[in-house]
Amino acid sequence: MKNVQRKISLNKTTKSNFVTYGIVIAAFVIMEILMAAGMVSSLLKGLLVPICVYVIMAISLNLTVGVLGELSLGHAGFMSVGAFSGAVVSMMLQSVIPDAIPRLLISLVVGAIFAAIVGVLVGIPVLRLNGDYLAIVTLAFGEIIKSLITNMYIGLDENGLHFSMIKQKFELAEGGKMLIDGPIGLSGMRKVDSFAIGIVLILLCLMIIFHLVNSKSGRAIMALRDNRIAAESVGINVTKYKMMGFVISAAMAGAAGALFASNYSALQASKFDFNTSILVLVFVVLGGLGNMRGSVIAAALLTVLPELLRAFSDYRMLAYAIVLIGIMLVTHNPAIADRLKQIKIKQYKKSADRKAAAMEKKMVRQTAKKEGK
Amino acid sequence: MKKFVALMMALMMCLGCLAGCGKADPDAGKIKIGGTGPLTGDAAIYGNAVKRAAEIAVEEVNALGGLQLVVKYEDDAHDAEKAVNAYNALKDWGMQISMGSVTSDPGKATSTENYVDRIFALTPSASTDLYPEGKDNVYQMCFADSNQGAASAQYIYEQKLGTKIAVIYQSDIDYSKGIYDTFMAKAAELGLEVVSKTTFIKGANDFSVQINEAKNSGADLVFLPIYYQSAALILRQCADIDYAPKFFGVDGMDGILALEGFDTSLAEGVMLLTPFSADAQDEKTVNFVKKYQEKYNEIPNQFAADAYDCIYAIYQACTAAGVTADMTAEQINDLLMEQFNTMTFSGLTGENMTWAGGYVTKSPKGMVIQNGVYVGLD
Repeated sequence: MKNVQRKISLNKTTKSNFVTYGIVIAAFVIMEILMAAGMVSSLLKGLLVPICVYVIMAISLNLTVGVLGELSLGHAGFMSVGAFSGAVVSMMLQSVIPDAIPRLLISLVVGAIFAAIVGVLVGIPVLRLNGDYLAIVTLAFGEIIKSLITNMYIGLDENGLHFSMIKQKFELAEGGKMLIDGPIGLSGMRKVDSFAIGIVLILLCLMIIFHLVNSKSGRAIMALRDNRIAAESVGINVTKYKMMGFVISAAMAGAAGALFASNYSALQASKFDFNTSILVLVFVVLGGLGNMRGSVIAAALLTVLPELLRAFSDYRMLAYAIVLIGIMLVTHNPAIADRLKQIKIKQYKKSADRKAAAMEKKMVRQTAKKEGK
Repeated sequence: MKKFVALMMALMMCLGCLAGCGKADPDAGKIKIGGTGPLTGDAAIYGNAVKRAAEIAVEEVNALGGLQLVVKYEDDAHDAEKAVNAYNALKDWGMQISMGSVTSDPGKATSTENYVDRIFALTPSASTDLYPEGKDNVYQMCFADSNQGAASAQYIYEQKLGTKIAVIYQSDIDYSKGIYDTFMAKAAELGLEVVSKTTFIKGANDFSVQINEAKNSGADLVFLPIYYQSAALILRQCADIDYAPKFFGVDGMDGILALEGFDTSLAEGVMLLTPFSADAQDEKTVNFVKKYQEKYNEIPNQFAADAYDCIYAIYQACTAAGVTADMTAEQINDLLMEQFNTMTFSGLTGENMTWAGGYVTKSPKGMVIQNGVYVGLD
């Protein structure tokens, strides 16, 4: 009996996970079909990769906030690290690997690795803190990363890489080029059509998160979230599991950053500021803490929304705010949630009735047949 | 709950579709010119100035009865990512000629799109050197930053405006940094003495460190290659400590008199290098300033003048090349490129302008603020 129960509950989460994968794949297939039919506006076409980026950002932040239970306000910092490291590597390899797709894949991996390294470095001091303190320190971290990259100069010429901080202290040989030029940031990158890669990356991230959450480590992480002292008392290694969640989240944000960079020809560190971190946090809160499918939908919806509201011209951001508040009120309103639940129960009852009626009919028919014989 | 979310999404999509399609196109038969600019947020004063001036110019051109134009501006909130979205929205509208972006960072992103899509672009005010670099169909109406820095140094040197110069610039924006770099290079070449170099970043509002360093090093001229919002704070804080050197700005300083709540007496004597002066007495300028003032009740700045010139330059090139409204963006692109590489244009911001590699050649004018208005220096 016990075994059976466990099987059923497992199936339920697996099923729910597959619905989430299904939504992502369906969105991809529908967009591809519409694009092939030429029915997609340039605006929406241009938004596809940013949507993928923000979806990954949202689910990775949801891992930190929803699963690990730590409020991080510096998530854009990891995105920034990933974007710049990924783009620099991609530009360095331009002559070696002329094909854009493998270069993008390498830059995604590099972005993820660099962001993970930074994640470890930040995690060591930060994860000793709790609650508000952690939020403040991550906030500072995001700003520090922004300042560092704004003051970074990296150039490439035949003698190799040159690097300096604050001022450009090197001269490039003939034919060399600046990769990161301080406040000017990155420029002259080639855009890559990376929607399909973005979708694959979303699926990969979802898979990693779902597997993590359902694993022994995931349960340890959630135990830490729910009651740290109780978890510690049963021998769960706090630092290890917190670090695990935090670093995985950072690495995903790094990959998202590298993907973001591939979609633009120029990039400044100032893009990845506090506002971007908060934007992603809004996606997470709106989608529901710990609810990955909610994050996916919220991130996609809220990335498209301000653009769809262009028809309101001057009142666009006002309309955006009102819609945002409206969605928050409605989706998190217990009365409406109850009502929906009741409808569901009614529907369930209806379908159950129908099934019973059908069964009855069948029985009647069968007995009639038998009698006919 | 999920159903509700799905329903909301569907609703939103419908709204978007409705907004997208709608009725018959009222702009049929007109050449569609589109541009992105900050109509909201930090730099909105520039975006709105450009949009308004472009609309005035289009009205005038249409009244001439020849080619009919229509201009549309989309908001990019001074953000590269949003600028690309705005640009795509304009493409959906059917933009045939682009006025690029108003500000530099968004401009770098949209100019690449212009280049790839083969839509001709002439920006009124995205002054970064990287804007036209490597893109054959992207042009500037304003000076490139490097040009401004060097010209400022040259001007200060020639007019002997200062012996000890302090520079305060914003290190995290391309615009300020670009002008600073070329100013320093030119200053070294001319032998100008720069005694203090200090920086600040976005969001700074206390400049006491920078100002005191300039004061303590005995600077008699402070060069401010920055935007007017920060400049206004610096002027205020200098006045507070009774430090009154000469101030020299560039085109980002333009707009300081229109800033709400700014005491214009603080800007008395501030010099700036800009190609346009609203108090010039020639017919074109007087006419433009009058119209702009009637409509919007403020004096147009240099960005407005550049935008006004953009429309007229595009009009001149279109007329010369025989562009019609039924041509595709790519056809127009090729025709306009040919024109802009050979033609000369005279407008509000200069006489006999020519373009080479997308960069404009025109002569800057030195301006000084006197009694709350800009007056020509020479």
